[in-house]
This record gives sequence, structure tokens and C-alpha cells, in this order.
Amino acid sequence: MTVAATAGLSDLRSFLHGLPGVDHVGVEARAAALATRSIKADSKAKAIDLAIRMIDLTTLEGADTPGKVRALCAKARRPDPADPSCPPVAAICVYPAMVPVAAAALAGSGVHLASVATAFPSGQAPLEVKLADTREAVAAGAGEIDMVISRGAFLAGDYTRVFDEITAVKDACGGAHLKVILETGELGTYDNIRRASWLAMLAGADFIKTSTGKVAVNATLPITLVMLEAVRDFRERHGRIIGVKPAGGIKTTKDAIKYLVLINETVGDDWLHPDRFRLGASSLLNDLLMQRTKLTTGHYAGPDYFTLD
Amino acid sequence: MPKSVKSVTVSPEPGRLSVRKTYKLYIGGKFPRSESGRTYLVDGDNVALASRKDARDAVLAARAAQPKWAGATAYNRGQVLYRIAEMIEARRAEFTALGVPGAEVSAVVDRWVWYAGWSDKIAQVAGGANPVAGPFFNISAPEPTGVVAVVAPASLLGLVSVIAPAIVTGNTVVVLAAGPQVAVTLAEVLATSDVPGGVVNLLTGRYAETAPWLAGHDDVNALDLTGVDHPDLAAELERAAAGTLKRVIRPVTGGPDFTADPGLRPMTALLETKTVWHPKGY
Repeated sequence: MTVAATAGLSDLRSFLHGLPGVDHVGVEARAAALATRSIKADSKAKAIDLAIRMIDLTTLEGADTPGKVRALCAKARRPDPADPSCPPVAAICVYPAMVPVAAAALAGSGVHLASVATAFPSGQAPLEVKLADTREAVAAGAGEIDMVISRGAFLAGDYTRVFDEITAVKDACGGAHLKVILETGELGTYDNIRRASWLAMLAGADFIKTSTGKVAVNATLPITLVMLEAVRDFRERHGRIIGVKPAGGIKTTKDAIKYLVLINETVGDDWLHPDRFRLGASSLLNDLLMQRTKLTTGHYAGPDYFTLD
Repeated sequence: MPKSVKSVTVSPEPGRLSVRKTYKLYIGGKFPRSESGRTYLVDGDNVALASRKDARDAVLAARAAQPKWAGATAYNRGQVLYRIAEMIEARRAEFTALGVPGAEVSAVVDRWVWYAGWSDKIAQVAGGANPVAGPFFNISAPEPTGVVAVVAPASLLGLVSVIAPAIVTGNTVVVLAAGPQVAVTLAEVLATSDVPGGVVNLLTGRYAETAPWLAGHDDVNALDLTGVDHPDLAAELERAAAGTLKRVIRPVTGGPDFTADPGLRPMTALLETKTVWHPKGY
């Protein structure tokens, strides 16, 4: 008997396919309409600080070195060295091999440490390898694990396998928070994104995350809207609050504020908090800092005055 | 400067509505309206009134275009400038219809050609090998300053005389133009002259409103105040520019004579000298 079956979901497939379909045109129109909101002055200053506090500052390159990770950790703790009132980011997100370096650099700072695991970004590895990957990262000090689902299995309709993998990784996480990356750019339809969201939440995800940042289509507003509706409906049915993390392609302050508007209008205040919503990004932070500097100094800031990451 | 600017709109044939041109901004190779939606009337023509956010967008476009433009070969930049001269020649009638005297259009074409010729010669004149006591080659080479904000004078010759020396060496510019119809017509020339989008960005409106934002902008490297006609405002802009140590070209009292030989100063004022030491091999 599968884990899915023991969790009382004797028919996972018919449940997921019984979810109402997503109105493709409607969801895109709604996301586009909300993106036209104009957030100014005081509200903008607050939105910028909140967005900084929500960032999972990410470096996931083959060329990552301990030096680069340490530099990024320093930036995470104190994003704007010239302004002590600037809040730290939510977390640093690195590959498992870099977790020990980041853990040492972040010790005592309150900035969380996330690590991708489970054969990121493709997820095409045996379950045992994925679980070992996860355990290593947690043992090295990662407090949050960003796992990828097996898109191949999901698209082939093998929902039970995906479900079991997520529950197994959740077990391997121990006390660490689990973010489940759906890689929405590879799922094809909004219906699939809604199903994958529910599947991940039922299997025990603490967060659902859009993308790895390694494929052509990353986080978009309509995709995030579908996922926010899923966590809202999940709370109504199961009483548990699941976080959402769009990642990849969010580069400007304007983009970030659009996401905050989307949260406010879809799921409300409960999610306007770094424990419930994260922005996976790297270059976004500099743009937020430039906008923040513009608001405090009264003149436009330039990239020459911020670190190259 | 032409005394009265006439509209180029011709009266329609009977039974046909006239198609009148809106003079829009030129940012990043496109002709957008002002993000503020504002326009103002100049001699019966509708002209976009640029806001500080248009200036911000123009700086972004200029910054994005700068490395590639500076990285193009000097020969290539010269060809592009020469092409601009050709296109102005082809639009001579359009400029004269806007009130620019024919002799001034000729001077403008000659000025572009003159600057086009300098593109692959300025480095030899403004740089060169330095004698040093040691086994080194020591070479000074001029490099573009970067993004230049320009408050332009009203005449077409004046406008060209501030744009050409800045871009010939690889700078990109954000120009606050005074004579809007003539300036936008020049932008239409630039848009059809192989000038990459963003190398020249042109804003129409009131420079007193937008110039302070450019003077204080951290991502602008130099400020050309040639077209500023209030000494107090010029001083204020220079003070704002000091925050990031921008190069500042001060306005000339009484107005510069653009018909005179400009010399090298307009080009060298927007160049930085890079000096390289290279060991001699034996």
C-alpha cells in the first residue's frame, strides 16, 4: 500500500483531476489587472523593506566558490552597508556543497539557510540519491530544503510516485522546512500547476515554489496567482497555512511589488510575511536597494554604487 | 535660431482630413509619449512634455546602449555618423520647412561629417605613447566617460554641436532639447541612420523640471549645461552633479558661437584617459 493511500487518499488521481479547471484567460487578465496597481511614497517604502525581508538570496551556479558564498552571506546580513535601517533578507539559498560555508558565515545572524537538494535542477536521480542529498544538506546546517519534484513522473501521470517522493524527502528533512519546486515552466498548463500544488501540499510541503530558475519560463504573475489560490483553498479545507515562493525572473522592484499586491488581493495579510512568502532572486536585491536609496536620498541611484554579485 | 517656427502640416485636399504629427520623445530607439501623458503646444503642434520618469527611463536606455556603442570600432562609429549626415541632407526640405535656414542645414551636415572623420583619429591626438624611465611601454588612451546628460541649445546647429562630440567617442547621451519640432525631426533622422537605439535619447519639455533629476542621478557620468540660460540654475545643477563627481561642461556666457571651428575641446571634455604600463620583452 502506498503512502498516498495510507494518508487517506485512496484515489489521488481522481481527486487531482476533480479539482476545478483554471480559467486560462481569466487568471491572466486578473494578474494583469492587479499588476497595474500603483504603490507610492510611504506604502512603497514599506513594500520595498518587506520585499527585502522576503528575499531568498540565491546563488546556484557551477562556478560558485566559498568566497562568493561568503560575500553573498555578508550582503544577506546587511544588504546596504551604508544604511543600518535596511533589514536583512530572509534566507540564503545555495547548493548543498556550499552549505557548510554559508552556515559558518550566517551563524547568529537570524538569516535562514536554504539548500536545494534532490538532484536539483532536473530531479532525474534515484530516490536514494535524493534522500542522501537531502540528509547531507540538513546535517551540514541547512534549515530549509528546496526540493524538485520528478516532472517526468508527474507528466506521465504517476502522481503516487511524486507524492511518495515528497513524503520521503519530508521525512529526511527532519526539522528542516521543505519547499517543493513544481518547475511550473515544464508543467505545460495552469491545470497541471493547480494539481501539482495540491499534490505537494497534501504530501507535506511547507512551501510550494514555482521554479528552479534554470528553464526558459520561470515565475510569472498568473502562475503565482494559481498557486496562491491553491494555498488559500488548502487552508480552508485542511486548516494548514502553506507558503509560496516564486523564483526566477523577478528582477525589478516593480515586479516584486506586483507580487505583494497579488498576495494582498488573493490570500490576504496572513501571507504578507517572510514565513509565508519568499522571493527567490539574486539581482532583485540590488534594484530594491537602489529604489530604497532613491526614496531616502531624493535622487536616482546607480548600479555603480552597489556590489556586483 | 529661427524666428518663427512654421508647422510642416500642409492644408488637406478638399474632402480629406489632415494627418498631423505628434512630436514624441525618443528613448531607446523608440518614440514613446511621455509616461506622464502630458503634452504642450508649440506653434500649434502637440509636443510630448517629458517628466522625471522619462528622464530616468532615458538614462536606463543610455546605460544599456553604452558598452556596445563604446565597444564598436571607431571606424564603425564614424560610418554611422557619416550616415547621419547623409540622412539630414535627404531631409533638408523638412528642416527648412520648420524654419531652419538652408545655410544652417548645410553647416549641420558639414559638422556631422567633420566629427565622423574624428572617430578614428581622436585617440592618436588625445592619447599616445609616453616616454618613461624603465623597460616599459607606457600608453595613454582616451576612453568615453559614459552616459552624458545634455541640456541642449535651441538651434539645430547648436543641438548637433553638443550631441556629435559626445557620441563620436563612444558616450551615450540623454538630451533635453529646446526647439522641440527641430529636435524630434533630428531624432527621426537618427532613428533611420543605423544609430543603435539608446545611444541618443531625446526629451522635449521644460529642462528646468527634468535637468535636476539628471544632475543628481548616480548613473549619469557627465553633465553638459551648454543650453542652460539661467546662471543660478546652472550653479544649482553643478552642485547637484558634485555628489557623484560628474564632469560638468559649464554654459558660456553670451552663448557660444556654433558657427566657429569647435576644436577638440567638446570631444576631449567627455573623455577619460586610461594609462597602461606594459613590460617590454627582451
